[in-house]
Amino acid sequence: MELYKLTAHELLEKIKKKEITSEQIVSDLTKRIEGIEAKVKAYVRVPSSTLLAPGAQANGIPVSIKDNICTDGYNTECCSKILQGFNPPYNASVINKIIASGNSFLGLKCNMDEFAFGSSTENSCFGPTHNPWDLECVPGGSSGGSAAAVASDEALWALGSDTGGSIRQPASFCGVVGLKPTYGRVSRFGLIAFASSLDQIGPLTKDVEDAALLMKIISGYDPQDSTSINAPVPDYTKALVNDVKGIKIGIPKEYFVQGLDPEVKEIIEEAINKLKALGAQFQEVSLPHSEYAVAVYYIIATAEASSNLARFDGVQYGLRAKTEGLMDMYKKTRAQGFGDEAKRRILLGTFALAHGYYDAYYLRALKVRTLIKQDFDHVFKDFDCIITPTSPTPAFKIGEKVDDPLKMYLSDIYTISVNLAGIPAISVPCGLTKKGLPVGLQILSKHLNEEMLLRLAHTYEQNTEWHKMKPKL
Amino acid sequence: MSIDKKTVEDVAHLARIELKPKELEKLSGQLEHILAFIDKLSSLNTENIAPTSHILPLSNVLRKDEPRSSLATEKTLKNAPEKQGDFFVVPRVIE
Repeated sequence: MELYKLTAHELLEKIKKKEITSEQIVSDLTKRIEGIEAKVKAYVRVPSSTLLAPGAQANGIPVSIKDNICTDGYNTECCSKILQGFNPPYNASVINKIIASGNSFLGLKCNMDEFAFGSSTENSCFGPTHNPWDLECVPGGSSGGSAAAVASDEALWALGSDTGGSIRQPASFCGVVGLKPTYGRVSRFGLIAFASSLDQIGPLTKDVEDAALLMKIISGYDPQDSTSINAPVPDYTKALVNDVKGIKIGIPKEYFVQGLDPEVKEIIEEAINKLKALGAQFQEVSLPHSEYAVAVYYIIATAEASSNLARFDGVQYGLRAKTEGLMDMYKKTRAQGFGDEAKRRILLGTFALAHGYYDAYYLRALKVRTLIKQDFDHVFKDFDCIITPTSPTPAFKIGEKVDDPLKMYLSDIYTISVNLAGIPAISVPCGLTKKGLPVGLQILSKHLNEEMLLRLAHTYEQNTEWHKMKPKL
Repeated sequence: MSIDKKTVEDVAHLARIELKPKELEKLSGQLEHILAFIDKLSSLNTENIAPTSHILPLSNVLRKDEPRSSLATEKTLKNAPEKQGDFFVVPRVIE
């Protein structure tokens, strides 16, 4: 059998009907991983890690997990040398929720940019993941391993994390569904922090129904995360209706300007026309502060990261450089343990928070964040959602942007504002370029309105064939 | 505002990262380039805008002050680069 080809909801249905067992699923998935992992490199620490984690024999579907989400007894290293050998003493809350739902997770973890710093998965200390649609291209990032695993049927469904687009952009590059929930919807307990006011865990899946199912499992209040929202979790699968009649959608004019690849633009316009034909109402809107989002983000995210990453000092876990004094231990441990992009971001963030620069950079960025948030509040008074491209280009070549950090940062230009405003967004496959690379359609909605995203995405998906396309490997 | 090599050196000290001369050179140039881009924020008038440090209207989230179980010492120490008994070992701090 080739059960790995199916979606999680199809497999759950077959288990329910007693046509298959989870042992069969796991055995099929193992074969698939063994067969193509050498090409894709979606996972890390292969083959030293155990493929299966406890509970894998339960009557459920194993979830593939990004390397920054703690799994008790299974290494979680954020693809960084500084966390080499880190074996978490507890599970992230999302992992406990997955187990409680009767599903399981893989002990093998998904590749990512070190500490989620990047848009291409090239900043991993284990080397890059390859895009299943073109092995010479990046899978996007930072959840590139999770996205590539789902796209290549090396994962049935997966979790990633999204701080500035790290679920949606790789989902777009790999032709899968990726959802970044409302800030606070999903517990961050056990997610190794990058930027605490922006980070969210979310699903990467083969279709929208799987995204709804996984959202239902991982969402909800968690007393261990003081920023988690204490609001009831709706049954997201009920939002999966095939109907968008009368839904009001805004198209931000600032997103369709110079820098947007003409082929991507054409594909997005086709998707918009499709939704129009299905009864959705479109109107141009303005998000006037969009052009400042990347600048704001690279102050706030790096400032928070510089503070969060202070804990990697060689004392409690991970790498410790062999040195004499304490200060020397800190400096050498961090010099040896962090990669280039981590150093760059820690320095930038430390600078933005330093005495003499704080007002000009950090405080100013927080104020412009207010303006960006107000832009969205304004539009969502009259509109149910906003539609944009997920990324201005399809997947780029491995190595193409590694020497120009700013160019790399700009590949997140359409996803970053969502995190700054704390709103939810989804990326769904909506076409292929002439070279055969996937393009993603991004849908945004207001706080806690994931149901609207799922409804729109599901309707689009049910009336198109893109989600059924598979890369030839 | 721009950033010079001396500032990057100072910031690296604050961040407790040792930089090799070549690294310092490369990072200074890259940070200058990034900050030049970020400087576009100074064109906005933000005088009367309240800063947003957090997107949710939360304040002082407290849990009940009750005893509860926590991680066992053995588990807490299992990743320590160096330990002795129930303690983390660090280089000598007091001479």
